[in-house]
Amino acid sequence: MKALIKKFVQIPGPSGYESQIRDVVRAAVEPYADEVIVDALGNLIVRKGEKGPDGLRVMLSAHLDEIGVIATHVDKNGFIRFTKVGGVFPAYCVGGHVRFLNGTQGVIGLERKKGDIKLPTLEKLYIDVGATSPDDCPVGVGDMAVFEREYMELGSRIVTKALDDRIGVVVLVEALRQLSESGVTSPHELYFVFSAQEEVGTRGAGTSAYRINPDVGLSVDVTTTGDTPKGSKMEVRLGGGPAVKVRDGGMLADPRVVEWMVSTAKAHEIPYQLEILLGGSTDARAIQVTRAGVPAGCLSVPCRYVHSPSEMVDFGDVQHSIQLMVALLSASIPQL
Amino acid sequence: MLEIGQKQLELLERLTNASAVSGDEGAVRKIVLEEVTPHSDQVQVDAMGNVLVTCRGDANADGERLKVMLAAHMDEVGFMVTSDEKKGLYRFSCVGGIDPRQLVGKSLWVGSDRVPGVIGAKPIHLTKREERENAISLDSLRIDIGPESDSKIKVGDTATFATKFARLGKSIRAKALDDRFGVATLIELVKHAPQNIDLLAAFTVQEEVGLRGAGVAAYTFNPDLGFALDCTHARDFLPWDEEDENASYNTRLGAGPAIYVADARTLSDPRLITHLVSTAQDLEIPYQLRQPGGGGTDAGAIHRQRAGVPSVTVSVPARYLHTAASLARLADWEAALALMHAALSRLTPDILESERSYCG
Amino acid sequence: MINTLEFLKVLISAPGLSGFEGPVSQIISEAWEPITDELQTSRVGSLQGLQRGIGPEPRPKILLATHMDAIGLMVAGYAGDCLRITSIGGVDHRVLPGQLVTVHGREEFPGLVAQPPANLLPVENGKKPVVIGHLLVDVGLTAEELREKVRVGDLISFAQEPLEMGKNTLAGHSLDNRASVVALTLALEDLRERSHAWDVWAVATVQEEETMAGAMTSAFGLRPDLTVAIDVTFAEGPGAPSHLAYPLGKGITLGWGSTVHPALYAKFKEIAQELEIPFALEPLPGRSGTDADALQISAMGVPTMVLSIPLRYMHTPVEMVGIKDIKRIGRLLAEFIAHLPLDFMETLTWDE
Repeated sequence: MKALIKKFVQIPGPSGYESQIRDVVRAAVEPYADEVIVDALGNLIVRKGEKGPDGLRVMLSAHLDEIGVIATHVDKNGFIRFTKVGGVFPAYCVGGHVRFLNGTQGVIGLERKKGDIKLPTLEKLYIDVGATSPDDCPVGVGDMAVFEREYMELGSRIVTKALDDRIGVVVLVEALRQLSESGVTSPHELYFVFSAQEEVGTRGAGTSAYRINPDVGLSVDVTTTGDTPKGSKMEVRLGGGPAVKVRDGGMLADPRVVEWMVSTAKAHEIPYQLEILLGGSTDARAIQVTRAGVPAGCLSVPCRYVHSPSEMVDFGDVQHSIQLMVALLSASIPQL
Repeated sequence: MLEIGQKQLELLERLTNASAVSGDEGAVRKIVLEEVTPHSDQVQVDAMGNVLVTCRGDANADGERLKVMLAAHMDEVGFMVTSDEKKGLYRFSCVGGIDPRQLVGKSLWVGSDRVPGVIGAKPIHLTKREERENAISLDSLRIDIGPESDSKIKVGDTATFATKFARLGKSIRAKALDDRFGVATLIELVKHAPQNIDLLAAFTVQEEVGLRGAGVAAYTFNPDLGFALDCTHARDFLPWDEEDENASYNTRLGAGPAIYVADARTLSDPRLITHLVSTAQDLEIPYQLRQPGGGGTDAGAIHRQRAGVPSVTVSVPARYLHTAASLARLADWEAALALMHAALSRLTPDILESERSYCG
Repeated sequence: MINTLEFLKVLISAPGLSGFEGPVSQIISEAWEPITDELQTSRVGSLQGLQRGIGPEPRPKILLATHMDAIGLMVAGYAGDCLRITSIGGVDHRVLPGQLVTVHGREEFPGLVAQPPANLLPVENGKKPVVIGHLLVDVGLTAEELREKVRVGDLISFAQEPLEMGKNTLAGHSLDNRASVVALTLALEDLRERSHAWDVWAVATVQEEETMAGAMTSAFGLRPDLTVAIDVTFAEGPGAPSHLAYPLGKGITLGWGSTVHPALYAKFKEIAQELEIPFALEPLPGRSGTDADALQISAMGVPTMVLSIPLRYMHTPVEMVGIKDIKRIGRLLAEFIAHLPLDFMETLTWDE
């Protein structure tokens, strides 16, 4: 599974341009799927199973897209100005490596005045691809790039870029595989959605939920932790197990979904944590307000340094997340 | 190719001189209905005041026709009277985004009778130097319709800048080019609707206060594709320091219609970007790519409706949007109209055969 | 028939924070049961009650929305034998220190919001108001008891008791928007005694204070022809000057602006004048900040109206409302609906 994580995170797929990672995920899930479609916004929608007498139509969602940058101007000396795609922190950019979708690599530089120690802003950053003018620059206005950083294992911790949300994608792919290979038939009609454009406002989740019209929705995404020096005060910590989201910056999870997740974790003795995230949101927020409403919640994988090129998860948390997901989907949902 | 002649200019003049603040679009709606009704198969005004126009095309050999939605917003940014302070003075709020520094010393048309009003300022003689370093607060401004007012206007009335359309050689100066350019363009496209598609024209309301009309129109139309026709900033001036480069011009006047790759609300569908760019190149129509980032158009609401609609925006570049007087080049508008008409005429259902992908 | 003041006191004493409206929904449900033909809960928890009209099918429908959720606090974590908190809905942190609250854990725990002493706050804080991330809730339990009995995500509501300020004024928390729920209930009672052509959907929506999820989804599910949102607006008083607010208890407001259909405004104005209900036009320049914003743009769009009750000190535990205004809304709604002709939608044009 670590090989799968490493493979998925390295494939560039910024919001709106997810096709490369989508193709790889599609190949991974096709053997287990009853139906696979790609919709108007680029969501990959995979159906498995039929609704049994005790079952519901369940939509799962993990987003394919990662944050990135988009070129706005190539100056007369070949330096590239850019703006962000999704929640990019300028502080994490300085000195960073990027790779454009056309393969061009570059490094992010910072305008510097003497004695200037304030935090950088986007306007003061630029990308250097080694060009000397617009004519020999292989990048043009509108081209997108993603951050680059190598994959590392530090004991049970995995560090790399784009764990948000390729780790969620892995959780769903693995859950689907395990459900298919275990011989256990889920009572539910399952829709695994590998969504597009989450980082720019959960855009893919809304349209895919509209198409599917599920009875319940669960997103799988990362959440931050409260266990780093002078960090935010959150009860979630790395290694504490998957987090059951109670609320975040855009959504109040349906208490019935929270109860479903907590009681399942308890019944299977899977460690779990309760999560409140003050900033940010997930696909679940879009699913909840689709059509006449959908009870929705989120299973979060705890992650340090979210939206930096060195995001960190605990492999044990990932395994427990998959275990919890399989358990959730294998049985009926008495809460709903 | 479609062209801009005297008739089109007169239409633009009528449109920009009309006042239609978000939520109060009646004056423009009236012009739109007069212009499009004789050329449509179906015209409807919906619950929010959007004008929804259908021009059915001819079926192709397989009996299919793409349903293509085009949206142009009828509303402009403006003001609403919020409190009567007596003696002809009124407090007001802005409707839509307006820089408060653009308000002082301007004349307005207030209410459906277009009562003249002014937003005055303290005489300079009575100000202190330090005071002039700070912006005049919105809270301190008033609309003044004069002491002989006898209640000609009421709380709730809307108001716009009182700028009249003018030709300035190759340029146009008017208020509300955002988005009367789009409205005028869409009216022309309805009048010359290409026969290969079902053209679903939405003259939308309330774009400036949150893209509110377009989403509803898209839900009703349920189209295969969406195009927003709007007007976007040209900030193409020389920087203060001659050594500097203007790296944030957004678009440039004279460089043709601006095709959007990404703004704050939409990541345009690459299939539509490619279609527009190749049409422009094939027919040698000037075009530019709008700088990514910031802003939003009706496409932001359209593409998220129902199960999703591949969408893109094409805008006429103009300077000084959301102020009393905007300025644009006639040639850019003409090229926008030509590009849109040609691009629509060349659309086939094949465009949706491939998945939304990076094509580079 | 309900007693307006007593029902209001019961409603504001029931917890029902955004996303967790269960307890107050139960009470409203009991009150609506005898005065509706059908009562159901939406998929996200809004309470939807139908009073069928007598017109021939297919009958047009009007949806009346009053949000039942209220603002409050939530347990975010532990700090020794105290709780760290976050807000639900728009809470001004300056209002919090010293407030009496109830923590809804495994049991109900009365407590208070504590402002930590200066030496335990970041030095930069000085005498500035303490942000919510640094405030604590103390329920008098030990650290171990706390971890056993209270969880992250448990709700905390204000414990301010309702205060009768004379015969016609009530103060307390959650008057935003339980006052409107009472008004809607009065209208339903009134309409039960009269005939009306249209179907009436009374909806106590959820999550207005956070996401408007209730209004969005109920409008989509029920597909009404008209909607009315009833909420509170600013009443004149300290901090709310007369050009932004309306006298307390002296009349209601009819919204006007992009969220409101002008023909609906005109009809409500006509009826308010007939009934001699004092009202003011409330300009809503951009959006209304109520459920109406979501209702109007649902599906193919819905003509929408906003009616409001002036309220002092909105979003504090000592909000203040005039009882007469609640009754005025009830009467206005009932009269509007009772006289709503079956062909009203045909007369609802723009401009001409």
